[in-house]
Amino acid sequence: MDFRFSLEEENFRQEVAVFLEKEGPKEWQKKKVSFFDMSGQENWIAIHREMSQKLGAKGWLSLHWPKEYGGQGLSPFYRLILREELAKYHCPGYHSLSVDFVAPAILLKGSDELKKRFLPGIASGEVMWCEGLSEPGHGSDLAAIESFAKQDGESYVVNGQKIWTTYAHFADWMFLLARTDRQAQPNYRGLTFFLVDMHTPGITVNPIINMAGHYDFNEVFFDDVRIPKENIVDSINRGWYVAMALLDFERTSDLGYAIAGTLLNDIVECARERDILDAQNQIRMAELVVECEVARLTHYHVTWMQAQGKGTTYEAAACKLLGFESIQHVAEFGLKVFKQFGLLSDKSSLAPLYGRISSCYLRSFGHSMEAGTSEIDRDVIAQRGLGLPRLR
Amino acid sequence: MDFGLNEQQEMMQTLAKDFLAAEYTDKVLKAMVKDDLGCTPEIWDKIAGMNLLGLSLPEKYGGVGDFLDLTVVLEEMGRVCFLGPYFSTVVLSASLIMDAGSEEQKKQYLPTIAEGKILVTLALSETSDNYTADDIKLKAVAKGDSYILNGTKIFVPDARAANYVIVAARTGKGVTLFIVDINTSGITVNTYQTVAGDKQGEIIFKDVKISAKDILGEVNQGWSYIEKVLRKANIARCAEMVGMAEQALKLTLDYAKERIAFGHPIGAFQSIQHRCADMKMDIDGSRFITYQSAWKINEGIDTEKDVAIAKAFVSQACQRVMHSAHQVHGAIGFTEDHILHYYTKRARAYEFSFGGADTQLEKIAALYR
Repeated sequence: MDFRFSLEEENFRQEVAVFLEKEGPKEWQKKKVSFFDMSGQENWIAIHREMSQKLGAKGWLSLHWPKEYGGQGLSPFYRLILREELAKYHCPGYHSLSVDFVAPAILLKGSDELKKRFLPGIASGEVMWCEGLSEPGHGSDLAAIESFAKQDGESYVVNGQKIWTTYAHFADWMFLLARTDRQAQPNYRGLTFFLVDMHTPGITVNPIINMAGHYDFNEVFFDDVRIPKENIVDSINRGWYVAMALLDFERTSDLGYAIAGTLLNDIVECARERDILDAQNQIRMAELVVECEVARLTHYHVTWMQAQGKGTTYEAAACKLLGFESIQHVAEFGLKVFKQFGLLSDKSSLAPLYGRISSCYLRSFGHSMEAGTSEIDRDVIAQRGLGLPRLR
Repeated sequence: MDFGLNEQQEMMQTLAKDFLAAEYTDKVLKAMVKDDLGCTPEIWDKIAGMNLLGLSLPEKYGGVGDFLDLTVVLEEMGRVCFLGPYFSTVVLSASLIMDAGSEEQKKQYLPTIAEGKILVTLALSETSDNYTADDIKLKAVAKGDSYILNGTKIFVPDARAANYVIVAARTGKGVTLFIVDINTSGITVNTYQTVAGDKQGEIIFKDVKISAKDILGEVNQGWSYIEKVLRKANIARCAEMVGMAEQALKLTLDYAKERIAFGHPIGAFQSIQHRCADMKMDIDGSRFITYQSAWKINEGIDTEKDVAIAKAFVSQACQRVMHSAHQVHGAIGFTEDHILHYYTKRARAYEFSFGGADTQLEKIAALYR
């Protein structure tokens, strides 16, 4: 047992901190922009892309990949350290959908050819991905998706619709789960995992604005979209297993505790400057310090399991749930501390933290839905972790 | 970063788990709640025989292992809701003697503790359970080579069973620790009837004459040792609560899988599954946060904030787990006959022992002021 980072890891943290302080967007650092708040910033996509390429140029987007695919073969704790520092320094540029969702899935389930084609663009930070999983009728019940890919010679032709597709409006590629067998029983055995160029004819992207007023996600329509069969990860009708592996990576990607912890520190600092942190809120703060610490250790534990190559069953779901709900609780705390001032938008000069209290609070409603709802996470923990029986 | 147990810890875990499962059964626990010691002499001898009483002490005093090994064993004791005078003797007293005692005192007490020949406890609280130096009012007045002690200590663990008691006494501006034979003239021990069956009592000191040789550590410097042992004590309580919560979840899962309602095991219903998932997250989180502090204590790293965080979380998480365990069990878990309430009651006792969640949260808040 050892709860320390190694000397090399600490040195890496220091190197990252120095780099981010210098290279991170100054305006964002001044405003203390939160990871989930970045789409509320002006010109954010260009800033995000530029920072992504800076991180890629440092070799920091492929730290724990095998060396043969351009990685450095380091422990996944390096990735975690990088993301802790990104949260601390209010920096964008880490495109989780590419780096932590699809890259590990390609590494785990993709052919050698797919690895060589797609990993370099992710490692350099130049190619950005979006996720084609949820559909209007099927979110939590993912196995029932209907978008259909019909074989036609050497290609598959996709028709259907995806929704809640974060960043589809600027992504270069999409990973897409589509049905290839309508008769398959159980239904998840009829799904295939495709990699789709977002510039392919037949793809239409429409914006959906969330309740925080931010443009993160979209609905995406597929009308006779042709995908070469080489772009299948694993093989036909094996997409469910790729998606499930991907979801485990997804659930451990964004460090909820670090985002929450940074926001908590910012709130407390600002409240102390204004001398408004009363006794009741001090105790609430202490409770959140405790909550973030538990979420942090839960994340460290699953990262340690990943580092050991140990298969995880329920741990990623617990990690995501605790981390993301901690952001919700901290955002709620922000409102309790700043009260009416916290509900002012970023356009108001009276708004604390440049309006981040209201936007983080409103954005936080999504945290218990994205990457699998908290209810699905609890199902996973109960069924896969505790062996409780399924009703259906 | 390493969350794994080493070979010795795994061995210790298996040893303790197997032994306690065989010897400290539910039937024994129920009997021990009514017993003065909380543990039969036979079981205590076997615990001594397995070297568990010397855990975290140096070899030269008959000890073995370190504080992490001790934490592992305490978790297993929690699993069976163990009641014996282990905590008071090993966690509180042996640690204090090791930290504060002279070489002579260490030689005198530690090997005999490790061999199971004496039981020692710590008498700290007086009028409140705030665990601050200001609360120590029991007077020790110097008289020649001796001190005269007058006052009352409350909530003394295993007061009835102990052969010796370490007393925190007011000596002018500071606190001084004395190690006292419980049979010394002027000492009266009264046992409390506790809801949780944990063995506590009060010790009244009336003109008790103690030799200056029996001071542990330095005059007026006792509180710094107490602060250190309080950190260990809180983490030790956390470890016990982790084991207790784990057992409550096991009982709950067993029940949820076998109890049929509406044609299905109740464990198939989402309302039950989600409670169990929350229990699991609470228990895992409790374990991580407990072991992080245990590891830091072992490494000699400052743990003031970590211990407060751990105790604040684990004691609240453990109450949530117990409450959910009862809810899933339904009425059967509400009966006196069922084992569950032994855990529920103990979880409450351990929450408040050495500072409850509110006290810990206040400590954390103070660090940010």
